[in-house]
Amino acid sequence: MIISDNLNTYLIIAAILLVIGLYGMIQHRSLIGMLISSEFLMNGAALNFMAFNTFTAPNPAVGQIYTLFIMGLAAAEAAIAVSIIIVVYRRFRDEDPAIVQDMKH
Amino acid sequence: MIVYRYVAEALFYAFMILTFMGAFMAVRSQMLMHAVVGLAVSLLGIAGLYFHLGSPFLAIMQVLIYVGAVCIMIAMGIMLGNTPRQIAEKNLKGRNALLAVGSCAAVFVSLFVVLAQTGFAPAAERVGDMSINFVGENLLLQYCLAFELISVILLTAIIGSIILGRGGRDGAVK
Repeated sequence: MIISDNLNTYLIIAAILLVIGLYGMIQHRSLIGMLISSEFLMNGAALNFMAFNTFTAPNPAVGQIYTLFIMGLAAAEAAIAVSIIIVVYRRFRDEDPAIVQDMKH
Repeated sequence: MIVYRYVAEALFYAFMILTFMGAFMAVRSQMLMHAVVGLAVSLLGIAGLYFHLGSPFLAIMQVLIYVGAVCIMIAMGIMLGNTPRQIAEKNLKGRNALLAVGSCAAVFVSLFVVLAQTGFAPAAERVGDMSINFVGENLLLQYCLAFELISVILLTAIIGSIILGRGGRDGAVK
């Protein structure tokens, strides 16, 4: 059965990626694990853009451009998040979000 | 000619399995370094899916930006900020695991119902093609402002992460 040129296949794959990212957000106890899970959420969105771009969009460049923007935003987000995590570790000696959620005083 | 079609289809299944296996590994593994490897594998699978969607350019960009840059950065973050205690995490058990799986399944089922009830019609007429030339033309003419904004955001993120990493605005590493 040929499923690789069907829009619904890609949409379901994107939905499964979104759900896996959501589960990872619940599952992981460390900030870095949550960052990794958020990458899956963003990739599900990007795959959705790309699928609609290939199968339904009137201008087939727009989806590719938006997916590129998502990649750029994800790179910026990961850079900021990793440096924040390093600062949090330096200050609290721990990466558990349950400890970090208390403010200074 | 028909043989190529089946080879492409088999490759599609392979990329799909790669994506899901990597994602599962990233979510369920207890060592964070294994999770990063799972993320890289999954992103490689998604790059293959982009190839199947007719955009080799995005597949290459996915490998370059995500697998090459983001995963390495997360691995550096793990190596710079971990202690032996919190590398290994416990997986959810019992009622918590049931609740997590149940809520995620509810999200998936609701998305699936919406998808099953919606028909997506292809556009009546398409301009241009999927080539890099057309993408570049659009990027520099119609989406020029967004393109520049992305570059400013990246610059801000780089400067911000350097300032954060040096230990505050005064640059004193305590």
